[in-house]
Amino acid sequence: MTPDLLEQGAERVAAHEALVAARGRHTESGGREAGFGRPVEAGQVDVVHGRILYLDDVSVSFDGFKAINKLSLDIAPGELRCIIGPNGAGKTTMMDIITGKTRPDEGKVFFGSTIDLLRYREAEIAGLGIGRKFQKPTVFEQLTVFENLELALKTHKGVRASMFFRLDSAQSDRLAEVLHTIHLAAQVTQSAGTLSHGQKQWLEIGMLLMQDPKLLLLDEPVAGMTDEETARTAELFLSLKGRHSLMVVEHDMSFIRTISDIVTVLCDGAVLAQGTLDQVQADERVIEVYLGR
Amino acid sequence: MTTDSNLSPLRLPRPAPLLSRGGWAAFLAALVAVCAAAPLLNLVVPEGQLLHLSDYAVALLGKIMCYAIVALAMDLIWGYTGILSLGHGLFFALGGYVMGMYLMRQIGRDGNYKSDLPDFMVFLDWKTLPWHWALSDSFAATLILIVLVPGLVAAVFGFFAFRSRIKGVYFSIITQAMTFAAMLLFFRNETGFGGNNGFTDFKRILGQPIATPGMRMTLFVLTGLTLLGFYLMARWLIRSKFGRVLQAIRDAESRVMFSGYNPLPYKLTIWTLSAVMCGVAGALYVPQVGIINPSEMSTAASIEMAVWAAVGGRATLVGPVLGAFLVNGAKSWLTVTAPEFWLYFLGALFIAVTLFLPDGVVGLVKRFRKGDASVEEKTS
Repeated sequence: MTPDLLEQGAERVAAHEALVAARGRHTESGGREAGFGRPVEAGQVDVVHGRILYLDDVSVSFDGFKAINKLSLDIAPGELRCIIGPNGAGKTTMMDIITGKTRPDEGKVFFGSTIDLLRYREAEIAGLGIGRKFQKPTVFEQLTVFENLELALKTHKGVRASMFFRLDSAQSDRLAEVLHTIHLAAQVTQSAGTLSHGQKQWLEIGMLLMQDPKLLLLDEPVAGMTDEETARTAELFLSLKGRHSLMVVEHDMSFIRTISDIVTVLCDGAVLAQGTLDQVQADERVIEVYLGR
Repeated sequence: MTTDSNLSPLRLPRPAPLLSRGGWAAFLAALVAVCAAAPLLNLVVPEGQLLHLSDYAVALLGKIMCYAIVALAMDLIWGYTGILSLGHGLFFALGGYVMGMYLMRQIGRDGNYKSDLPDFMVFLDWKTLPWHWALSDSFAATLILIVLVPGLVAAVFGFFAFRSRIKGVYFSIITQAMTFAAMLLFFRNETGFGGNNGFTDFKRILGQPIATPGMRMTLFVLTGLTLLGFYLMARWLIRSKFGRVLQAIRDAESRVMFSGYNPLPYKLTIWTLSAVMCGVAGALYVPQVGIINPSEMSTAASIEMAVWAAVGGRATLVGPVLGAFLVNGAKSWLTVTAPEFWLYFLGALFIAVTLFLPDGVVGLVKRFRKGDASVEEKTS
């Protein structure tokens, strides 16, 4: 027991007492007291409180530069949230934190109400149901389109399971379905390295779909796509909305206009504004950061 | 999800067979060559006849087959997983030393000093066997240790290296340093491995004299069967999803992690397996060449192993086996005809392969075939 631990304990007691005093107020969970009659299942995402992703006061700095500065953000199940912001606003760093690639200096990151993402590593987080598409399309170039999708398939991912893995018919159907969705059925035996940039983006999205994640983080998914491909992507995302939660980082405003309900504007590692696209575009602070200071 | 109401029937690729029909034919041919043709031509066909396979050739081919196993192991870890190890000489030597210890004990009292202890221990005035020689009398224990010692060293080293996410050239340098450190350790007389002379002068194995044509052939056939067995095993691994995960780790490790795979057990499995293969190769090598000393752990030895794989063609299983035969064939020929040029040749070969043949000999063959095919397409 060190003095600062004692102090922290005292702080927690004080916080708890304050909470008890405030009890009875109407909350999102219907004023219900937490902890009664609702067993928590390990590894299961608990969205009873209406939030699938919850970031609270997250900060991270690299060599003194605050990439994320007291960022708080939450996403509802089934929501399609667009994130915009100037370069260096911390959009990619935020995704790094959620997926376990970067550890924040402080703050909380929860998946549902019970899963503390800061306790897990990248692969475990992916297994919990968070899929991520990188800014630069990242596919396995030496493998075929089919093999890329097969690797991403949601199944046991241990060494032994992989050695004896065989695609069953339900999985084959799922794979064929995804191949059609991403319009790569004709390229199924082609190696991924030979695809065009837009097709690689699609393949990576297809790999996310194979993982069947609850939450998809998509970093600039339509960069390098033709207008037609962009339109198809928008259509795909809108069809995913509701069953999956999506967080889309994009610079393409017309694409965002097509798909967005709520847009969050990040700037200097914190939320600057939030609302519909029209609302945030009318916001003076947003105009300021986008049009230069 | 946009599901088209009329999904056109899509044929998904089926899993590749273990070996193609041609592959099985070649495999069986190799099996016959090793198990029937070689013994027949060496032992039955009398010396002086055109078809007679000389003892020298048997010894050379047996040695090269050990190297081919190493090249195959190198290919699994470097070619397929993208982890360049410059420390495989260590695992090869560990397997060799375990076997060597057994062979030293088999000498019994036939050594120069007519003692129960190996000669070098008498020379050092040791009265009892050191503790790490305790199991060296038992052949069964030796067989187990041949797998266990390199496997354990690799597993412990690999666990810490991969957990710390050491990659690329840093990993190569650390493996090199580890091998060098081990060589210095084995050079010392106090460690009880015969110092810089290592082990030699073997007399018998399993009570049978070791230097007879029959025993030489037995070891040769055993080596050939091991090589073919390892080849099949490697082929099975590579065409499983496990093998594709390895290649995925090589191409985009972060994507592998975000697809829900933890790369650590994958890397560790293939790394340890690769080390064990090297250990087995070393154990087969020692009774055939009759000596093991710390030079097997030298920097050059480990680099040569990488050269075999690179010359043959990385990420093709046949390539490195072929590479081991080509490079070592050239080596044994050149070191006889022009010994001073061998190292220049090796250096030039590595540079040439890196510059002009990134996919090795197998890549060259493929390129020619493809060239022919495209020419045919144009003309037809």
